[in-house]
Amino acid sequence: MYDFLLGHYSYWLTIILLCIGLYGIIFKKNLVKKTIGLTILQASVVLYWVSLGSKWGATVPVLDPAYPASDVANYLNPLPHTLMLTAIVVGVATLGVAFALLIATYNRYKTLDEDEILEQIQ
Amino acid sequence: MIETHLPALIALNFLAFAVIIPLFGIWKSELCQPLATLGAGISAGMSLYGFLYYLNDVPLRYFFGAWQPPVGIEFVYDGLSAFIILVINAIAFFVLIHSKPIAVREFPNKLMAYYSVTMLLMLGFNGMVLTGDLFNLFVFLEIASLSTYALIAIGEKAAPFSAFRYLIIGTTGGTLYLLGVGFLYTITGTLNIIDMTAMMPEFAGNSSVITAVILMVVGIGVKCAMFPMHGWLPDSYTFAASSSSALIAPIGTKVAVYVLIRVMLYLFGIELLDLVIPISYVVGLLAAIGILYGSIMAIAQDEMKRMLAYSSISQIGYIIMGISLANPYGFIGALLHILNHAVMKACLFMVSANLRMKEGHSDISKFDHTYRKKYPWTMLSFSVAAISMVGLPPLAGFFSKWYLALGTIEANNWLFLSVILISSLLNAVYFFRILEKVYMKNPDADEQVPDEGLVSDEVKPSMLYPMSIFAAGLFLIGIFNVAIVAVIMNMFPAGL
Repeated sequence: MYDFLLGHYSYWLTIILLCIGLYGIIFKKNLVKKTIGLTILQASVVLYWVSLGSKWGATVPVLDPAYPASDVANYLNPLPHTLMLTAIVVGVATLGVAFALLIATYNRYKTLDEDEILEQIQ
Repeated sequence: MIETHLPALIALNFLAFAVIIPLFGIWKSELCQPLATLGAGISAGMSLYGFLYYLNDVPLRYFFGAWQPPVGIEFVYDGLSAFIILVINAIAFFVLIHSKPIAVREFPNKLMAYYSVTMLLMLGFNGMVLTGDLFNLFVFLEIASLSTYALIAIGEKAAPFSAFRYLIIGTTGGTLYLLGVGFLYTITGTLNIIDMTAMMPEFAGNSSVITAVILMVVGIGVKCAMFPMHGWLPDSYTFAASSSSALIAPIGTKVAVYVLIRVMLYLFGIELLDLVIPISYVVGLLAAIGILYGSIMAIAQDEMKRMLAYSSISQIGYIIMGISLANPYGFIGALLHILNHAVMKACLFMVSANLRMKEGHSDISKFDHTYRKKYPWTMLSFSVAAISMVGLPPLAGFFSKWYLALGTIEANNWLFLSVILISSLLNAVYFFRILEKVYMKNPDADEQVPDEGLVSDEVKPSMLYPMSIFAAGLFLIGIFNVAIVAVIMNMFPAGL
């Protein structure tokens, strides 16, 4: 039980981050805070993928004669890390679009509170 | 020679035009729309060529940089993706022809950006359909989604806010999908769909697979507005510019549904899907609730675009229900309904765009019998599309509902059958009230507008013809449905 908790600590942290992100998206009324929640949610998934590539006692995936490449246990799996570079870029683009939309929303309603905007739309 | 590169050319053509349009747009902004139409036309032509000549061959697999999968990324051009690609590119071509006067009227200063983003949107959709790699699919999904947010944000006062709400829920969906792919990668070590499909039977009943299925279905469900995740759709379609909603409404959700078909029926397969939890039944039940909810909400709407948006939720429910039945009739019904609904919704959104262009509103309570004289062709197209939506033969909508009904009977699912029948009646309620207002005089009206002196005041031919072509297409699809069904029969996933 103790091993199960400690041995998977990176996954527990990811789960906590995921929950914080979802909480921000669902319960926060300020649109900027919702965006922050979204970023935390994305970060949690990115960290999950990154932790997939790690191994105990392995080194960075750069070929070193001291560690033969024939034994895969010598090196980390670089694929999740490179994939997550793309996912981070996607996240940054999403953030940019989100802020552009927030600026347009603020210019029209002079507020970023969800309830007040919905009241004005009605 | 060109054949082997066809899958990549269809998609990358849009990327090329996304760059070409700003280059020419700086010089002359009126060139943007013809260039965008040309781009969509070239891709639609290539899709038609590929569809006619390569359908019965083995799937065309294009390896980028000649890297063999599972190491490299591949595009898979098989019967199913060829069909969907043809549908979305042809619809986009006609909608782009239609969009010029609306774009000039609603956002004259943003033509260059608008058409460039349109091309990126189509790149995303084409990539999602063609790709054979789960992570690549996520990237194309996000390209398409980001373009969708941008296109929806151009419009009425509330448009940026509704686009932002869609961004929050859509990106959450995309992230959940990515998490699901992560679970699959952990156990299989590959991201290639064909490779992963071959490995799946080894992991039957594995808890990671179950979690991955649920996460991916929820993530894609957000994008295709499956019942509890539909909240973004009505506002987005209502407040967006008419040209954007006519482009996104027919094809955006269809592409997401295609991904759902790929994941549920091809990647996992129906046996693996239902091994521990009856996921397909749950999805079907949600679809059934969505069908009824969308139809009832559509009756309550006074704004035509909002009514069509709710109707979209209900029609997407039909398609998802067809998938969840997982028998040949349900599959045929779902794919036929993807085609039918794309054509019908494009036609209906074009009608609402034409009315907004001429009247400045599309408020159903203000419709009256003068429309019959003023907009004869627009209203005729509306009637054809509406009757097809309700499902009267020989129009297209009847046949997809027929096959879906046969599918529910084959699955002995009387609940779903009654949902389909009740929903058809509800469709009749919300479409026929418009027909009644337009084609019959209201005896209770305070002042009677005389029929004499009303002359046809139709929109320009560039807006009229695409709409009329779709209306005529509904007859053609209905008449030639046997040929289309014969094509769909070649696409059955294994084990169906």
